[in-house]
Amino acid sequence: MNDYSKEAQKALASPRLQASLHTLQDRFGKGAMALWANMEDQEMRRRVKKSRLKNLEHLDILLAELARNVRARGGKVYFAETAQDAIDYTLKVARDNKVKRVVKGKSMISMEIGIDPALEEDGIEVVETDLGEYIIQLAGDKPSHIIAPCIHMDRKQIGQLFAEKLGMDYTDDPPTLTMAARKELREKLLSADMGLTGCNLACAETGHISLVSNEGNIRMATTMPPVHVALMGMERIVATLEEHRETVQLLTRGAALQKLSTYVSFTGGPSSADDPDGPKEFHLVIIDNGRAKILADPEFREVLACIRCGACLNICPVYGRIGGHAYNSSYCGPIGAVITPLLDGINKHADLCKGETLCGACKDICPVQIDLPRMLAALRQKLAYASDRWDTRQHNPAEAYGFTIWRLIITRKPLYRSLLKIGRLFQRVFIKKNNMISSMAGIASGWTDGRDLPPIAKKTFTELWEEKYRNRQAAAAPETEENQ
Amino acid sequence: MSGKTVSLFIQCLVDTMFPETGEAMITVFDKLGIPYDYPTGQTCCGQPAFNSGYTRDAAAAARHFIDLFEDTEVIVCPSGSCVHMVRHHYPELFTDDPAMHSRALAIGAKTFEFTQYLVDELNITDVGAEYVGAVTYHDSCHLSRGLGIAAQPRVLLRNIRGLELIEMKDSDTCCGFGGTFSVNYPEISVAMADEKIDNILATGAGTVTGCDISCLMNILGRISRRQKDVKVRHIAQLLAGPTGGKA
Ligand code: SF4
Repeated sequence: MNDYSKEAQKALASPRLQASLHTLQDRFGKGAMALWANMEDQEMRRRVKKSRLKNLEHLDILLAELARNVRARGGKVYFAETAQDAIDYTLKVARDNKVKRVVKGKSMISMEIGIDPALEEDGIEVVETDLGEYIIQLAGDKPSHIIAPCIHMDRKQIGQLFAEKLGMDYTDDPPTLTMAARKELREKLLSADMGLTGCNLACAETGHISLVSNEGNIRMATTMPPVHVALMGMERIVATLEEHRETVQLLTRGAALQKLSTYVSFTGGPSSADDPDGPKEFHLVIIDNGRAKILADPEFREVLACIRCGACLNICPVYGRIGGHAYNSSYCGPIGAVITPLLDGINKHADLCKGETLCGACKDICPVQIDLPRMLAALRQKLAYASDRWDTRQHNPAEAYGFTIWRLIITRKPLYRSLLKIGRLFQRVFIKKNNMISSMAGIASGWTDGRDLPPIAKKTFTELWEEKYRNRQAAAAPETEENQ
Repeated sequence: MSGKTVSLFIQCLVDTMFPETGEAMITVFDKLGIPYDYPTGQTCCGQPAFNSGYTRDAAAAARHFIDLFEDTEVIVCPSGSCVHMVRHHYPELFTDDPAMHSRALAIGAKTFEFTQYLVDELNITDVGAEYVGAVTYHDSCHLSRGLGIAAQPRVLLRNIRGLELIEMKDSDTCCGFGGTFSVNYPEISVAMADEKIDNILATGAGTVTGCDISCLMNILGRISRRQKDVKVRHIAQLLAGPTGGKA
């Protein structure tokens, strides 16, 4: 069995996880759909989508403008082509500043490039300051949601974890636990040498990046330590402040049904004489790591319009059953199922491409209406026929052969009919008293292991038509030729 | 009433496993005096291949379908996902072939899902049927999200005499079928079906209905395995009234 299915089975077997996922989806998935339906400005989503796509068209110009404006304010900008480049640069900044402790703001791209282990190997202490990420870090676990990383844990587990790791008395009272974390984190924040964050959105016009949070940790992580390094996926940019305003609103609505998050931190450079608060050094690391390749392919470019709000996770019926760990990636849920294979290999993540029903709920809920189902189908096409562009080989030659045969059959009705007749003979032994087939071999067992299957009917509709209805319709349009 | 002859587009699963659904559609059309024919060369619209990424094989199915149905007046199908395939995906399959592309668009423009055809095209909201009992309705994904059809089946159902429509929780959440997904990832698929079935059972309705046999087959298969006492009926069967196909 593949790892995706294995992890899925584990998740399905956990009533606790199932309950959390239900609560999450009932609240945030439905909430976002209601928000979109009732939003006064029904054009907003379309407008933002349009601006996202437009900005992707001019990405080079916008990034140059952003870099110019950040540098003009004394910030440093580094373009990292690969994850390793980004890591190397950040490590160098850390070494140059003799950094011992890094406090982090919640950032998916930091996980994507794998920077934590690299820093730790260098003897640097890395502390997550987002409460959810902090819990995950204490537990030595992996996030299972891009916004709510510890959605798979309940407060009892968190209480036990805190008792064990922070040496406090066991409690599962959320305010008490939060205060305990706050106390720990405050010390870390006050004594850190470097803040490391992601970037929710960058604005080319103003040359700033912005970060949303509800805990205030980001504000501290970006202003208290002497050095701030922000890691930015190169597509997370808007042209103007006006676009920025609307995009952030969609982001926080999609993520948490908030008109605006409690904090939106704007950062654009180091402190200066007339702006004394903030770090002495500000570094913006703009990361490609496979994005340019996506940008160059019109079939997948749209996925770069994503603003990582996580709303698609909150409605996806597959994510809602299996949770985030099955995706085995920094990005889970529908967005993860599309972006992970594109960034990290389509063959390697074939199960992410194939493991959804294409129900379309993610497209509906997405603030910028990204057509993820279309792209899942396109990814499957790469797996079906191989693709040089995407360095992808045919995933399942037996399946491909099966569809070649299928094609022969469905384009030849007489053959199709003969095969149905043969099938009808063969199926007899399988039909149970309830007129259902309840066990089959091979791949078909995937159906019958959990479900019954109605047999081929005694007479197909085509046969019934010929016997009962064709002549009644003699006056109607002439019969079409069978076969081709 | 439109005098157009309806060409029946009978989904392969209906043809082979649920012919009573096709017959029920005929019963309704007879009752309404709508003429119809059935191009007997039809097989499968190509959806399984398309959803699995085999677009070339799906294109072969599309060509077969287009050749067969090109000269028809209007095409009506008792399956939302097949209509979605013809309308939305056929043109995509021929983006490099302008001639086929426009043929695909033309076919798509005259292909309708059964309830959509009755309500939107013919303005029929009451077919004079009777079905006594409580019924709950499943919104299949390609029908409700892809084609935007949700009100049409409901108005038809509400006008069936004796029928009480009880909405289930999350009626528009996927049932877990997903074509080859259902056999490739059975644990997830069955878990999704279970969720759907629990919501069906919670309504207390004795019958669940919908406009897509594929989803209904998934729901039926799991209901049968769980030995629950809920009837699964295609909406055409309810609209055909007491004579609407076998029980
Ligand atoms: S794909 Fe859309 S819904 Fe999903 S995370 Fe990105 S922006 Fe949000």
